Amino acid sequence: MTSIGTGYDLANSIFSPDGRNFQVEYAVKAVENGGTSIGIRCKDGVVLAVEKIVTSKLLKPNANKRIATVDRHLGVVYSGMIPDGRHFIDRARDEARAWRDTFKTPISTADLASRMGGYMQAYTLYQSVRPFGITAIIGGFDSTDEPRVDGEVGTGPSCGAGGKVAGKTHGGPFLYMIEPSGLYWGYYGAATGKGRQAAKAELEKLDLGGPGGPSLTLEEAVKEAARIIYVAHDDSKDKEFELEMTWISGPDGPTKGLHQEVPKALREEAERLAKKAQEDDEDDEEEDVEGKEKMEE
Amino acid sequence: MDHRPQAWGRPRDDVYGAYDASYLQTSGPKTATQSPVVTGTSVIAIKFRDGVVMAADNLASYGSLARFTDVKRLRPFLSTSVVGFGGDVSDMQFLDRHLTELAIDESYEHEHSENPAKSQLNAANLHKYLSKLMYRRRNDFDPLWNQILVAGFDSSSKPFLASVDLRGTTFTSPSLASGFGAMLAQPIMRRYAATEEDAARLSREEAVNVVKECMKVLFYRDARSLDRYSIAVVTKDGVELSEDEQLEKQSWAFAERIRGYGTQTV
Repeated sequence: MTSIGTGYDLANSIFSPDGRNFQVEYAVKAVENGGTSIGIRCKDGVVLAVEKIVTSKLLKPNANKRIATVDRHLGVVYSGMIPDGRHFIDRARDEARAWRDTFKTPISTADLASRMGGYMQAYTLYQSVRPFGITAIIGGFDSTDEPRVDGEVGTGPSCGAGGKVAGKTHGGPFLYMIEPSGLYWGYYGAATGKGRQAAKAELEKLDLGGPGGPSLTLEEAVKEAARIIYVAHDDSKDKEFELEMTWISGPDGPTKGLHQEVPKALREEAERLAKKAQEDDEDDEEEDVEGKEKMEE
Repeated sequence: MDHRPQAWGRPRDDVYGAYDASYLQTSGPKTATQSPVVTGTSVIAIKFRDGVVMAADNLASYGSLARFTDVKRLRPFLSTSVVGFGGDVSDMQFLDRHLTELAIDESYEHEHSENPAKSQLNAANLHKYLSKLMYRRRNDFDPLWNQILVAGFDSSSKPFLASVDLRGTTFTSPSLASGFGAMLAQPIMRRYAATEEDAARLSREEAVNVVKECMKVLFYRDARSLDRYSIAVVTKDGVELSEDEQLEKQSWAFAERIRGYGTQTV
């Protein structure tokens, strides 16, 4: 980026002559300083993880959570300015409630991403506001059952079509990432924050896209997510960090369609494997170095 | 032609005669629901050693017509409590939506507490909340036409069972029944759990059997009831809700001996 916006970066609602909104680009810089967060969409659910830098020893371990639940089946994690993220989550919860009030059914992940994308984009339009200093990752599992209506008491006709389309499937796992500009896409795997480059490189190695859908299972994804956060942290080894992870499975899976924290035992196992993988890598590197030295001799 | 704006869009006086404005009366007392429309009948519940059993049949009646036969009237709340609704079904739906919203907000509030089960609303709290809500609606002369049973645990982790009705009247007892059940099922349940001490001696199996027996008696004698019902067991492990139970081992032999109705010649 050019070091100065030559006067076009002083307000949100002004483009530069070459068509850039500098305020939005500066907001992206704020995100790039935040702890890495990632999301993985796998065969039977979604995993969200964040690298939580420990800024002070006076902070209680495992308190001050960074991943929030919206409604029951959606999770949001973000990198960047934490107060902005908190407001983003408040708004997402309001949107989810408003959706239920109107339609009497839970909001889908795609609809929440759309609403929140619109909300963030509105903060790039006016003099009076600044863009959000976060990039948010929204994960969710939309119910695969016939969608239930809040307050419904019966199950409808037991014979005949009853308005149901035979063979039609519903829902599944979804993952979206929203940037400060309001831009959002659906992803197989998403990463943002300080370690996003390394994390993206690792995500691309996983089988998330394939033509028959991803083959990665939820438990594998939890372990991969932990490993990726440890890999992405590599560069700033001096600071300590905590790993926070949540997951969402389908109705038959471990969370029964709810967004929940990954159980402590599984998280610790994933962290153990992540540390081990990292140590193995380091050993290999050392061997390589030694090998090269010998060659030179 | 009448060109006054007041007359625009109205039937012409010269054709239809002057409009009788008395039909547009806006004064007089406000009227809200004065009687229930689609209704569910009894809800019954009994405490036992480790929790509470609750049951209600799956019928919603439109007057005496058995209108809807797969209506679920027991609703779990936060998977720690069960709410059973008798009375108006649309008011039940309103309350169900309201409680869903409440449950979601509750889980936001406590999602990161170390022991969410302890900090979230328990059945005693929920019953207090519903009683305030029902009493307020009564004072607005717009009551929610229900009798509600709430089952779960109180803050000292003891089994909890209480009722609240459309007037906000609250009541608690080792066994409770609403509607016709208060006449037909309550005496049977009292035989097994007259006091808290009796209830604390009941096993889960015994309590379930008592409730099933009561559901059978209710089906025999309550004309607005059904042989399909829902039964919920609340324990510390959560709520087990079965929504499509069928009454078993019915015996209508007693009906032979009943005289004094229909076309019988006594």
